[in-house]
Amino acid sequence: MSKKTLFDKVWDSHVVKHIEDGPDVLFIDRHFIHEVTSPVAFLGLESRGIGVLFPERTFATADHNTPTINQHLPVEDPLSANQLKALETNSGKYGISHWGLGNPKNGIVHVVGPENGITQPGMTIVCGDSHTSTHGAFGAIAFGIGTSEVEMVLASQCIMQPKPKKMRINVNGKLGKGVTPKDVTLYIIAQISASGATGYFAEYAGDVFENMSMEGRMTVCNMSIEMGARGGMIAPDETTFAFLEGREKSPKGEEWTKQVAYWKTLKSDEGAEFDLELTYNAADIEPQITYGTNPGLGTGISRNIPKASEVKDGEASYKKSLAYMGFAEGESMIGKEVDYVFLGSCTNGRIEDFRAFASIVKGRKKADNITAWLVPGSHIVESQIKEEGILDILTEAGFALRQPGCSACLAMNDDKIPAGKLAVSTSNRNFEGRQGPNSKTLLASPLVAAAAAVTGKVTDPRVFL
Amino acid sequence: MAYDSFKILTSSCVPLPLENVDTDQIIPARFLKATKREGFGDNLFRDWRYNGDDTPKADFVLNNPTYSGKILVAGRNFGSGSSREHAAWAIYDYGFRCVISSFFADIFKGNSLNIGILPVTVSPEFLDKIFTAIESDPKAEVIVDLPSQKVTIAATGESESFDINGYKKHNMTNGFDDIDYLQSMKAEIGEFEKTRI
Ligand code: SF4
Repeated sequence: MSKKTLFDKVWDSHVVKHIEDGPDVLFIDRHFIHEVTSPVAFLGLESRGIGVLFPERTFATADHNTPTINQHLPVEDPLSANQLKALETNSGKYGISHWGLGNPKNGIVHVVGPENGITQPGMTIVCGDSHTSTHGAFGAIAFGIGTSEVEMVLASQCIMQPKPKKMRINVNGKLGKGVTPKDVTLYIIAQISASGATGYFAEYAGDVFENMSMEGRMTVCNMSIEMGARGGMIAPDETTFAFLEGREKSPKGEEWTKQVAYWKTLKSDEGAEFDLELTYNAADIEPQITYGTNPGLGTGISRNIPKASEVKDGEASYKKSLAYMGFAEGESMIGKEVDYVFLGSCTNGRIEDFRAFASIVKGRKKADNITAWLVPGSHIVESQIKEEGILDILTEAGFALRQPGCSACLAMNDDKIPAGKLAVSTSNRNFEGRQGPNSKTLLASPLVAAAAAVTGKVTDPRVFL
Repeated sequence: MAYDSFKILTSSCVPLPLENVDTDQIIPARFLKATKREGFGDNLFRDWRYNGDDTPKADFVLNNPTYSGKILVAGRNFGSGSSREHAAWAIYDYGFRCVISSFFADIFKGNSLNIGILPVTVSPEFLDKIFTAIESDPKAEVIVDLPSQKVTIAATGESESFDINGYKKHNMTNGFDDIDYLQSMKAEIGEFEKTRI
C-alpha cells in the first residue's frame, strides 16, 4: 500500500466521486453557518426549489455582526438584525440547529464547534469563513468556502474541489519565554509570506506542536489561511482525545472507544511524500508583531521594520503598506504609542488566551491612553473566565469584559477602531481598514497585547515574565 | 445562481498594479450586511474609491474615465484574505467578467469560477506586458479566449495560454454551475452518507 499523509487519509476517505480533468466531489461531515455568508445561499435554494439534504450535519451560530454589549436588548442596527433574523428563520425552516444570540452555547463559530465536540478528528468541515482552518487542530480537513459553496453543501452535503498540494511545516525544539502559539504562526507566515502557501494544504509537525495544548493548536491552524494555505492540520493524539472526551457532541461509550482507535491511525505514514517541506527551529522564534498591512509583514518584537529590499512583497505594495501604517523602514517597533488593545477572535479568544493576558495585567493597571476590548470567543469561555477568577484580576487592573462575538476582528458591529488609531490586536488580519475604516492594526499574541495594555505602547512582554 | 456563459471576451482593461489586494479592500466588511445579492458593485473597492464623506477619490483608477472595460488586470496574490464571495459579486456586479493576474488566492479563484468571473493566471512577464500595453494606450484591448485557453494583447498580437480544468471550462462556456451537477448525484451521495458519522 502506498504511503499516505494525514491529509491524504482524510481527503481520500471522503471522495464520493472523482471527475476526470476536474475536481473531486468531496463529502462534508460538518457544516457551520453564520448570519453573514448564508442568507444568499438559502435564497439560492429557494429559487431552485430544493431543500437541505442533511440538516443534522449543519450547525448555525450568530457571531459576525452581533453586539458585544447589551446582548439582551434588540439589535439596533437594522441590517444586522435582519441578517440575524434570516439565520434564525432559515435554520428553523430547514431544521438546522441554531445557537442564536442569548443561547448559552452561542459564540464564534470556530470556538463553539470544538468546545461542544462537533469538531472531531478525521472529519471534513467547511464554513463560509476562511478561518474554518481552525478545526484542523483536531486532525480534520477544515477550510473556508464561498456562499455558492454554502448553497452547494446545503443542497448536497458535498463540495467540488480539486485536491490541493501537500506541505509539511516542522518546528522543533523548545519555545523561549513569552513565545506563544500565536508567535509561532506569525513567525511562520513572516518566513513564507502571505501568499507563500497558496495551493497547499499544510500539516504542522514536530515537537513544538506535539507539546502544544488544543487551544494553541487551534491558534496555529486558524492562521494557516494567512500564508495562503487552504487549511492546516495536526495529527490527533492523546491531547486531542483528552480535550474531546465528555464534550456534548463527542462520541460516548463504545462508540468513543471505536472512534479513538480510528483516530489513532490518523497520522502521516513514515516516508509519505509532501510537495513541499519546511523546517524551523523553535529557538529562533521570539514574540512577534506585524508592522504592515498583511499578516506576512511581521517580525520579532525586538527587531526593526525591514527595508523594502529585504521583503518578498513588491516595492510599491510594501511602501503603500508602510505609508498606510505611518511607519518608516528601519524603525523600531518597541515604544510605538498604542491607542487600542483587542483581545479576542477565533484566533485568540479562548480561555488560555485570557489566562495569558491576565498573567501580565495581574497586579498592574491599564494605561490611561488605552481603550481595551476584551471579548471572549463564546459564553462557555466567558463562564470559565469568571469561574477561574480571571475576571477579578481584569477588573482589578481596570479592564472590563465584553460579551462573545467576532467583534473588532472584522468590525461589522459597533466595535470599530476609529480612523487613524493604532491597535494591538490578537486577531488574524491587519488589512487596511479591517478593524474599522482607516484604523491600523498590529497583530500579536495575548501577551504582547497585555504588555501594550499596561504600558500604553508596544512593549516586549518578556520584561514582565 | 446561473450566470451568462463565457466564450471569447474582447475588451479594454482597468489596471490595478498592486500586489496582495485582499477581499477586505475589494469589499469592506461593513457592506456585507445584505441578505440579497444586489448592489455590491456600488461598494467595490469602497475605501480606495471614496473618501470618508462619500466623494470620489480622483486618483483611484475606477474614478478615472480614461480606463474602462470588462477586464480587471491586477498584481500578484489578488483576492487574498476573507472567503467572502461578496468580493466576487462586487466585481461581477460592477461589470467585470474577467480578472487577469499573475497569481490568485485560492478561495477567491474558486468563488469567481462559481459565479461566472473568469480568473486568468498569466506569467509575471506577460502581466507586465499587459500593464505596459495599457499604459501606452488606455484603450488597448485584450482578447480572452476561453475555448482555446489563450489571452492575447490585440495591438501587438502577443499571447499566452492559461490553465483551467476541463470541468470548470465546460461549466463556464455553458453557464452551468456545480449544484446542477450535484443534484444529479443525490442517490450516490445518500449511500455515501450512511457510512459517515
Ligand atoms: S473572529 Fe474574525 S476570523 Fe474569526 S470567525 Fe469571526 S470574523 Fe472570522
